[in-house]
Amino acid sequence: MKGNEAIAEAAIREGVDAYFGYPITPQSEVIEYLMSEKPHERTGMVVLQAESELAAINMVYGAAGTGRKVMTSSSSPGISLKMEGISYIAGSELPCVIVNVVRGGPGLGTIQPGQCDYFQATKGGGHGDYRLIVLAPASVQEMADFIETGYDLAFKYRNPVMILSDGIIGQMMEKVELKPQKKRFTPEEIINKYPWATTGKPKSRERNIITSLELIAAKQEAFNQKLIKKYQEIQENEIKYEALNTDDADYILVAYGSVARICMNAMEEARAKGIKVGLIRPITLFPFPTPIISKLADKVKGFMSVEMSAGQMVEDIRLAVNGRKPVEFYGRQGGMIPAPEDIVIALEQKLIGG
Amino acid sequence: MTEEIIIAGFGGQGVLSMGKILAYSGLMQGQDVSWMPSYGPEMRGGTSNVTVIISDHRISSPILFKYDTAIILNQPSMDKFESMVKPGGLLIYDPNGITRHPERKDITVCKVDATKTAGEMGNQKIFNMIVLGGFLKMKPIVKLENVMAGLKKSLPERHHKLLPLNEEAIKKGIEIIDIINQAN
Amino acid sequence: MAEITLQDIIKEENLVYSRTKVMTPNELHYCPGCGHGTAHRLIAEVIEEMGIQEQTVGVTPVGCSVLMYNYMDIDMQEAAHGRAPAVATGIKRVMPDKYVFTYQGDGDLAAIGTAETIHSCNRGENICIFFINNGIYGMTGGQMAPTTLEGMASSTSPFGRDVSMMGNPIKMTELVAQLAGTYFVTRHSVHTPRNVRRAKKAIRQAFENQKAGKGVSFVEIVSNCNSGWKMPPVKANEWMEENMFPFYKLGDIKVDGKLVEK
Repeated sequence: MKGNEAIAEAAIREGVDAYFGYPITPQSEVIEYLMSEKPHERTGMVVLQAESELAAINMVYGAAGTGRKVMTSSSSPGISLKMEGISYIAGSELPCVIVNVVRGGPGLGTIQPGQCDYFQATKGGGHGDYRLIVLAPASVQEMADFIETGYDLAFKYRNPVMILSDGIIGQMMEKVELKPQKKRFTPEEIINKYPWATTGKPKSRERNIITSLELIAAKQEAFNQKLIKKYQEIQENEIKYEALNTDDADYILVAYGSVARICMNAMEEARAKGIKVGLIRPITLFPFPTPIISKLADKVKGFMSVEMSAGQMVEDIRLAVNGRKPVEFYGRQGGMIPAPEDIVIALEQKLIGG
Repeated sequence: MTEEIIIAGFGGQGVLSMGKILAYSGLMQGQDVSWMPSYGPEMRGGTSNVTVIISDHRISSPILFKYDTAIILNQPSMDKFESMVKPGGLLIYDPNGITRHPERKDITVCKVDATKTAGEMGNQKIFNMIVLGGFLKMKPIVKLENVMAGLKKSLPERHHKLLPLNEEAIKKGIEIIDIINQAN
Repeated sequence: MAEITLQDIIKEENLVYSRTKVMTPNELHYCPGCGHGTAHRLIAEVIEEMGIQEQTVGVTPVGCSVLMYNYMDIDMQEAAHGRAPAVATGIKRVMPDKYVFTYQGDGDLAAIGTAETIHSCNRGENICIFFINNGIYGMTGGQMAPTTLEGMASSTSPFGRDVSMMGNPIKMTELVAQLAGTYFVTRHSVHTPRNVRRAKKAIRQAFENQKAGKGVSFVEIVSNCNSGWKMPPVKANEWMEENMFPFYKLGDIKVDGKLVEK
């Protein structure tokens, strides 16, 4: 199953209530798969092709405001269009899952894979002080699994979750084990579980309002502080990463998503040459696995970030290392993919030789 | 065991589906597989390629820069991928439309006259199965029964009546593959 | 004889007019003479009369009526500028048995949200769209709107709208009437008691259509903006009758899914 199809099937099985999207390469298989599966018959899930990414994300806003599990997906240029809506969703504290199958940019860029939307995903992206919870799948299996993880986190924190994938993971096929079908919540269950949702005001409660507007500065600041506290809580509790060969490592490669898998090959090649290399694969990009990198900084000789970007995640690694050890960067852009042997050469030239 | 394969040709030659059948075959016998296509304008008739990995353990990178086997079905792919076969590796090609034949001596080179044979068998669409048969002769990493099971899974129900013809094509490929150069 | 106080007068038997139960006791922030208060009230009255307060979710726009949710005692969502019909689509699609409406001004609906308006109307979303057209951007201080009349002054057309440079005023209501997804399209005003009664009838009809699953009901209310127009309220209403109504003609444009012959 393709990564894009796995995420769509996983969404149906998760009991997602609605998907709103707009086609764009390389993620159109998500909506194509959903439409061909007739989820309205399988589970009653709504799937709608909107007139634009703007409309799609605002449909997500509306449906998420009613306490439903709602989802959208797009690729880089489309995600930029969605950013306004994502800021409103974060500002109104609504749960939802947004999938970005990243391609190279800026502008129309290329349809080939990229990781150049890291800043956009992890630092906010839209206007205002907010964070998304960002999950980075490195396999088709994780594409499917992160739907459930994503909704668990989105509802736990009432915060939008982004699954930051790329053209490689979206387009590739591999073995995937899917979870059994979950039941969608009934309207009554939703009312009981999510008392904040705009499901129609009964006499028994005050009216619910979904908004991000607050005209009084002091109240807005209090709300900002509430968000900051939430983000701190997420940083304390939700970090996920994979560590490979870090016990005896002199050098640490840090890479996420598809590039982390290429780095596994690079790590083998380096070890065959006698260079002790380990790998940290952040699974959550926000919250970033700062503690483990900070801990490793005390014992290894240096780090190298490998990305399909001009160097974005490397800044978070440098913040974690805080000047204690050298942190270098090797990356390819424009849809070009780093080769394991080039990664090893970069490691030798930038870290070991330097 | 890990086998890393690139299949490359024109869009419409069944490159992606051959890769898919191979991947499904691996899946049928319980191995880890990955199938990574080139995508984009290739979908509409340009050159097309797919990387297939079949392995007994967890597959790391789905994208490769060196291959155990290259299955090459047009000239642009020959130019691009001949140099990317690992020393001692395997290159299989269909000579139809090939103007510059493979030159390397450190790899095994095989020829499958699949386009011509498919024409003789009266169905151009089974071309890719003949090529697949040739590959299985050289590298019997998946059993024929698992290939047939993979084929069944990747073919839509309405095409299942074509399964016997496909099996015949695979067997034909096993029969006609020709070793031109044995890796030294 | 003891002096009669206000408290003595406010008694059930003396009441001839009261706040509808679907409005909150919050004081409206609108300028004196503005039509928003009346339009809010009419929607609230219809919701009360139909007994659908518990089943209604409204969507507010960006513009003067952004704070409408402070006045309506129903669940509401505040949309990004222009996106109310998309937000309403999202709500209605997951709760098809609820009543969903948007309330939007001319900048919101006819400029920045044109695509959302056209496509939700074209899909025939089963919602009500209430469109308040006063030919100006009120909240941001009187800038030109897509519906500002030719020659009409605003802070961004200080010498009057020059259509050769600034384009023409748009008749959004006539435009959406052409789309297959709209069932009821009509234009009203709320500046006289007679017009208020007609507007309320149209709003009621819009909700009844939604109850019957008919698709989009689109009710435009041509209104004034005495602050933006820089006129006293009475003068603003006169100006509206003389200038707005000849261009934005009141009356039904599409009824029961069929264009009204003129």
